Amino acid sequence: MSSHGIRDKVAIVGMGCTQFGEHWDRSVDDMLTDAAHDAYASAGVTQDDIDAFWLGTMGSGVSGLTLSKPLQLDYKPVTRLENMCATGSEAFRNAAYAVASGAYDMVMAIGVEKLKDSGYSGLTGARPPSDGTDSTITAPATFSLLAPAYAHKYGLDPDTMKEVLTRIAWKNHRNGALNPRAQFRKEVAKETIAGSPLIAGPLGIFDCSGVSDGSAAAVLVRAEDAHKYCDNPLYIKALSFASGPATGALDSTYDYTTFREVVASATEAYKQAGITDPRSQIAMAEVHDCFTPTELVLMEDLGFAERGLGWKEAMAGTFDLDGDLPVNPDGGLKSFGHPIGASGLRMLFECWLQLRGQAPPERQIPSVTEQGKTLGLTHNLGGQPGAAVSFVSVVGSELG
Amino acid sequence: MGRGIIAYGAYVPYWRLDRSRITAAMGAGGGRGHRAVASYDEDTTTMGVEAARNALRGSDIVPDSVLFSTANPAYMDKTNASAIHAALDLPQSTWAVDAGGAPRSSEAIWALAAANRGTNLAVASDLRTGRPTSGDEAGGGDGAAAFVFGDDAVSPVLCEWLGGAVATAEFTDRYRQPGDAYSRIWEERFGEQVYLPLANDAIERALADAGVGLDGIDKIAIVGLHARAVRGLSRVAGDKLVGDLTGDIGNTGTAHAAIVLAAVLDEAVPGETILLVHLADGATADVLRTTDAIADHAPYAPVRAQIDRGNDALDYNKFLTWRGFLDREPPRRPDPERPGAPPAFRSEDWKYAFVGSRDRSSGAIHLPPMRVSMEGSAVDDMERVRMADVPATIATFTVDRLAFSLSPPMVAVVIDYDGGGRFQAEMTDVDPDEVRIGDRVEMTFRRLYSAEGIHNYFWKARPAAS
Repeated sequence: MSSHGIRDKVAIVGMGCTQFGEHWDRSVDDMLTDAAHDAYASAGVTQDDIDAFWLGTMGSGVSGLTLSKPLQLDYKPVTRLENMCATGSEAFRNAAYAVASGAYDMVMAIGVEKLKDSGYSGLTGARPPSDGTDSTITAPATFSLLAPAYAHKYGLDPDTMKEVLTRIAWKNHRNGALNPRAQFRKEVAKETIAGSPLIAGPLGIFDCSGVSDGSAAAVLVRAEDAHKYCDNPLYIKALSFASGPATGALDSTYDYTTFREVVASATEAYKQAGITDPRSQIAMAEVHDCFTPTELVLMEDLGFAERGLGWKEAMAGTFDLDGDLPVNPDGGLKSFGHPIGASGLRMLFECWLQLRGQAPPERQIPSVTEQGKTLGLTHNLGGQPGAAVSFVSVVGSELG
Repeated sequence: MGRGIIAYGAYVPYWRLDRSRITAAMGAGGGRGHRAVASYDEDTTTMGVEAARNALRGSDIVPDSVLFSTANPAYMDKTNASAIHAALDLPQSTWAVDAGGAPRSSEAIWALAAANRGTNLAVASDLRTGRPTSGDEAGGGDGAAAFVFGDDAVSPVLCEWLGGAVATAEFTDRYRQPGDAYSRIWEERFGEQVYLPLANDAIERALADAGVGLDGIDKIAIVGLHARAVRGLSRVAGDKLVGDLTGDIGNTGTAHAAIVLAAVLDEAVPGETILLVHLADGATADVLRTTDAIADHAPYAPVRAQIDRGNDALDYNKFLTWRGFLDREPPRRPDPERPGAPPAFRSEDWKYAFVGSRDRSSGAIHLPPMRVSMEGSAVDDMERVRMADVPATIATFTVDRLAFSLSPPMVAVVIDYDGGGRFQAEMTDVDPDEVRIGDRVEMTFRRLYSAEGIHNYFWKARPAAS
């Protein structure tokens, strides 16, 4: 048994992404229609050209009808899927495999989520009936478990740890401030971030990703067909997914300073893409910064920083827009917002802009324009530390 | 073959309300001293479990029955003793039954536990409420006690029953209709004058029944919710009177006679003769005597130690919130969901007894229990392992200020058990600012929340007592 990957077999030839935010005036149908038609226009195709659809949404609809009805699809296949916060990436992964298999010529991966209609703070979701013993702590609380564990392991005092987390939020807000599609488009002072009301553990409200509405979509074709639609397509170099055994909360050897699922999915993706030194080979990364300690740990799990040194790199600006390896140049979940089903495709949308040199000058990353790097990475995570699903993709602007 | 009390344990919850806080807040009520307060996640069932655990800890006694009495049952029309039975991981063949109603009902489980053959666990528990500024509010207390009656052959008898008597009368002293949040009380002087003759009659006949004169009594304990009658009767006891703990923990109603007796036994020497008088809709007097075995008995959680460990930092407004007298704005989060009866039934060992599974080949402990091992590839090669009494250490933690909680914020800890096994638990009876990696914890049976009429019982971590 072996995983072979689909390196350079499938290409993205068009993408669409709505603004993310509190869309009180827009429905799920509206956002799907906008993202799909933006993607058609981007690829220069019509809806009739698309042979099949993969729709990712965690809770904004069930079945393919969630898409086929608003788009008035002509009896085409629609797969609706869910994989927690990695849902959008999962739609993309399965759509790509359908093209690679030869089953279809052109497909769409689309993700959507409408979170702001619930009236609740943070994420909510229906659970199956249970015995009542499952943990009921919230998402920020589960990810906040990383902070004291990391600080304890690497000898950071609580104030230093808070500074590190604050800088990550500050950086992502700064990136989002330059991005018209982001939910939060303002720089936020470090004092404001550090002084914000506590939500869970050391995490304040500014350590948490934006709860928002939004949709994003991609049109995929076989790589050899890509130039029919697009002068500068993005090629899929790697797609990997790891669903963990969820033993973090059972296994005393797990120390809450890593996501084993991320390490596994990154290792697999680098193998598929032929990457040996991600820190130097990758131009940019969009990672799942659902909460600030997540981004810190991801820098080490993805191989961007050595174990125990991620916090120093974050403080030194390594992952800033103009750093060695820009991370979340579009603002990330933190300031772009996190409409669950859409986020994985939103990350790819930033690769689509940056690697093809189409980001506005004020936020175009120099690693592409000046250093000529061609690879982007997206990382999407679902679940919680110790019990997660993790997706990693590598895309590139050149074949080979 | 001797028969009597072979084990006992009390439970006094961690929190105390300083009665002066009532006076300060309301300009009335309150008084001096403290009352014990069941936390927001405790009820008479969970306190009963803790008392029974304290009674049985370190022994291999397996009761043939669990007899439960309370004036404040968690459920009506559903047995509460069965949850205690489950939490103690007792066999299916052990009987579990409630004796509900007024505090006098506790006498029924004592009598049944003593008289029925076999080993019988009698658990009395109460959670006392009162309208703000009322005497019941300040004078009440929450707690539980458990006594095991059995034969010397099972475990050495610590205390024997020598004799007793009752006096019964119908009169309206205190009363509460089902569903009411508090009791009402008739004018105090009336009750005092009804109780005193009843008590004197019961005491006289009890001494005769036991064949002991008042001179032969070493200690006298007088217990009852009618404080004025208890005081009046106490005057004749002289220096044999033992403290009734109401200044420290309040009057725990149904549980109080048992808690006071536990406190007496904690400090008793062999051959002590005790007169226990219970005033509750009549009077009951019992004469007991400690055996030589009491000298070797080291209580797991002495009442005095539990009293001393109490925390009186509890605000009055929090106390009112916990008891449902203040309705606080919930977080903007969905209400918790009721546990499903079939899943809870399937996982009774886990949910109630905190039993996980241990892989026979690798030794890996799984909490909750699993069929497939996380180490190696063993399938269905697990043995049950009860973790309720295993201490643990905090590996990491958080304070969740967003989660739904009856008393936010929610403290969550990842804990590693001595000898293996890990679990992510809620933590209770703790100041959120005081939690640290490396702190020692132990498990406690609690009510997580109630939803749609179902109480969700499960285990939490609390700071280790020692």
